[in-house]
Amino acid sequence: MNKFVWKRKDLLGLEELTADEIIHILDTSKSFYEISTRAIKKVPVLRGKTVVNLFFEPSTRTKTSFELAEKRMSADIINVSTSGSSLTKGETLIDTVKNLAAYKIDILVMRHSVPGSAHMLSKILEASVVNAGDGAHEHPTQGLLDIFTIRQKKGRIENLKVAIVGDILHSRVARSNIWGLTKLGAEVILVGPTTLVPKHFESMGAKISHNFDDIIGDMDVINMLRIQKERQKKNLFPSLREYSDLYGLDERRVKKIKKDAIIMHPGPINRGVEMSASVADGPFSVILDQVTNGLAVRMAVFFLVTGGRKGKGIM
Amino acid sequence: MAVIIKIMDKEDISRVITRMAHEIIEKNKKAEDIVIVGVRTRGVQLAERLLSKLSAITKREIPFGILDITFYRDDLDRIDEQPVVHSTEINDDLTDKVVILVDDVIYSGRTVRAALNALMDFGRPKKIELAVLIDRGHRELPVKADYVGKNVPTAKDEKITLYLEETDKVEDKVTLERRDE
Amino acid sequence: MKLLLKNGRLIDPKNNIDEKLDILAENGKVVQRGKSLKGSGCKVIDLNGRVVFPGFIDMHVHLREPGREDQETIETGTLAAAHGGFSSVVCMPNTEPPVDNEGIVELIYAQARANGVVNVFPVACVSRGRAGEDITEVGSLKRAGAVALSDDGNTVMNSNLMRRVLEYSSMFGIPVIDHCEDFNLSGDGVMNFSENSVRFGLKGIPAASEDIIVARDIILSEMTGSHVHLAHISTAGAVDLIRRAKKKGLKVTAETAPHYFTLSDSYLKSFNTNFKMKPPLRTEEDRKAVIRGLEEGVIDAIASDHAPHVQHEKDVEFDFAPFGIIGLETSVGLTFTHLYHRKILNLTQIAERYSLNPAKILNFKDKGHLSEGADADFTVIDTEKNWTVKTDDFYSKSKNSPFIGWDLKGKPVLTIVGGKIAYNELP
Repeated sequence: MNKFVWKRKDLLGLEELTADEIIHILDTSKSFYEISTRAIKKVPVLRGKTVVNLFFEPSTRTKTSFELAEKRMSADIINVSTSGSSLTKGETLIDTVKNLAAYKIDILVMRHSVPGSAHMLSKILEASVVNAGDGAHEHPTQGLLDIFTIRQKKGRIENLKVAIVGDILHSRVARSNIWGLTKLGAEVILVGPTTLVPKHFESMGAKISHNFDDIIGDMDVINMLRIQKERQKKNLFPSLREYSDLYGLDERRVKKIKKDAIIMHPGPINRGVEMSASVADGPFSVILDQVTNGLAVRMAVFFLVTGGRKGKGIM
Repeated sequence: MAVIIKIMDKEDISRVITRMAHEIIEKNKKAEDIVIVGVRTRGVQLAERLLSKLSAITKREIPFGILDITFYRDDLDRIDEQPVVHSTEINDDLTDKVVILVDDVIYSGRTVRAALNALMDFGRPKKIELAVLIDRGHRELPVKADYVGKNVPTAKDEKITLYLEETDKVEDKVTLERRDE
Repeated sequence: MKLLLKNGRLIDPKNNIDEKLDILAENGKVVQRGKSLKGSGCKVIDLNGRVVFPGFIDMHVHLREPGREDQETIETGTLAAAHGGFSSVVCMPNTEPPVDNEGIVELIYAQARANGVVNVFPVACVSRGRAGEDITEVGSLKRAGAVALSDDGNTVMNSNLMRRVLEYSSMFGIPVIDHCEDFNLSGDGVMNFSENSVRFGLKGIPAASEDIIVARDIILSEMTGSHVHLAHISTAGAVDLIRRAKKKGLKVTAETAPHYFTLSDSYLKSFNTNFKMKPPLRTEEDRKAVIRGLEEGVIDAIASDHAPHVQHEKDVEFDFAPFGIIGLETSVGLTFTHLYHRKILNLTQIAERYSLNPAKILNFKDKGHLSEGADADFTVIDTEKNWTVKTDDFYSKSKNSPFIGWDLKGKPVLTIVGGKIAYNELP
């Protein structure tokens, strides 16, 4: 049996986790996956605990998933979103969070546009901090749910070839995937234009290709990232048309992939840009499994970070 | 120094399980609506043995499930290390069934309380009965077993351990460990 | 008022002195150097072998007065300077309002006379309002006492303005100091663009943004024949460009700050905003190149770029925190620990980087040396003293230092300004 013992108060990123810790989260997630298949989809694990969802960036998917995970674990929830947030009133993030912590909260889930924001708070809070995305830095629960889905579909992570395609430079999803997958022994190939996939990523243990067609036939997993249309304005690529032509996953390219390959996307999809509608809904797509699995992974994370401590106030 | 005393051997265990199976059938009219549910981890193997005895006697297939009670424990806040969770495998709707909950040892009664809460999330059973191999006393909750293999009076600092061949690679036995004064 | 420093080891590169000598000051000037000087009717301090330098000049600090007296004042800033071993500081003009007219220059001198404990020399703006468009009245500013021109914090991005200010200022003999950063390349970056910025997801400022302006300024200096001084050099590329310019005999000088030879961008891993400054901490290779530049004399001076910010301004998300760290009180300790004790710079070279060269760049004729008749500014260092950087020990109003908790070896123990004691921790 798995004798591993989880010790962390926070989940800030996958860079700092060991392979054993990642596997432990994935294994724990399996047990939580089962809860959502029951008639009564609720367990009392977080009964009497208070979770604050603090979102400084608009997010429907991630927020819904976290909220549902909290509800299915019987937590009490407070949602604080950008509108009416502290910054507009001139209050600092630390003051906002110290105020919330004064209510003796147990978990803070935070999405913020600036890298390191969750790390900053984890140092002053006794409550657990779960990073729901910090700028272009990390999005650990997305990374974990992607890895969980790959493991579910392929039975392993080791020696798989995983392509992550798109705007790697600005992607926290890519970074969390790179850390997690390489720690578990996968080969990660980053695909995109030179402006969005600088060579510096090789230092994180990934390989780089600027030609999607060269590598597509060897891939076990193809994870397509959302392309932000605003990047075009900064001259990072000339047009969506050219981007889609070079890096979009359409029927023409799908013909080249392995028969047992899977296609992923963290959502929301720009249909017709990074992926055609028929590919998104096609037989290789596991996009909706990712959504289902995200719930189980987030429940497992809550279970682990709250374990064995009485979360409260400020340190 | 700790002293270890063997309080049941392989034959004792086998005889007691057979007796419990007969008691269950007698009390539940040939065991027509029963579902056997083992509580992780030791209760599961015991439940499997009870199940094969019941199937052999009734010549019928009896539904079987595994319950992990980690989510329902009342001490998650108080322990230093987070327990490892395992999955619950109950594939049948328990509504209107008689659930025979099986565990190895009954002690404070808190595990049974957690198991009862967990079971309620899988439907509304007609009845829940509890079968344990050992009752060692010291109840902290008003819980009582319906089928008991052996009553063993113990002191609070003593430890009861069940060994089963399939997992522990030693002959079946139950031991009592006590500190030597 | 007479002061006699006995039994010190005098370092004076201009006069080729490195010898155990006494030094006598009277009425703010050096009057005599020699062995076993007799002091009658003067204050005598026995230095017991500690090292006496011509007073150190920090040629790049932000004193924040006028405008941001919550961060620093001329009083607290000069107290910090004296504590850090500096008898003179040169303060940058990005105050509120900026130093773009004689009135502000005079205000700074008045405040320094009233509350300052070390010499304060204001730098005036290159452009009105630091807007990078219209040149300031250089003649009037010089007459009011401005010692250099700079839009520091901003680069003079308009190359034609840079050309004109170099041409125009040369007739007044006042140097132009440029903050070298191509703002189109640095954009909204918050740290060095490198493997680490990619890893941390922080927006990067490429080294090229510094190198390009350094190259441009060198070219404009050559074209105009005027002196350009390049502030806070941080990249290997810039060091190389300056090395080549100097080989060519161009009137180019440069400074770097202690954080560029002690830290690199891997420290950003902590997301601690006290590692956020401009230019940003660069790579290990850049750090080594800066050290080589100092060793070879390609980089003329060490200046702290002392940039005070109050705690609550820095205690925010990394992107939102202001750039800059304090440095007056750690500069000398870091130099002795990381350059002197590691045998990269000797005492003579340290005297050049901290005193003689800044004095030359800024045309301070009576500073930077210990000749008879020179200003009686002295920095006394205990090169073997071990100490730890502590928040509570800072005289600066702000505490935004990345070096808190660092153990250093070598400490300023006595600072003399115009023959008077500004700071003394000798027993």
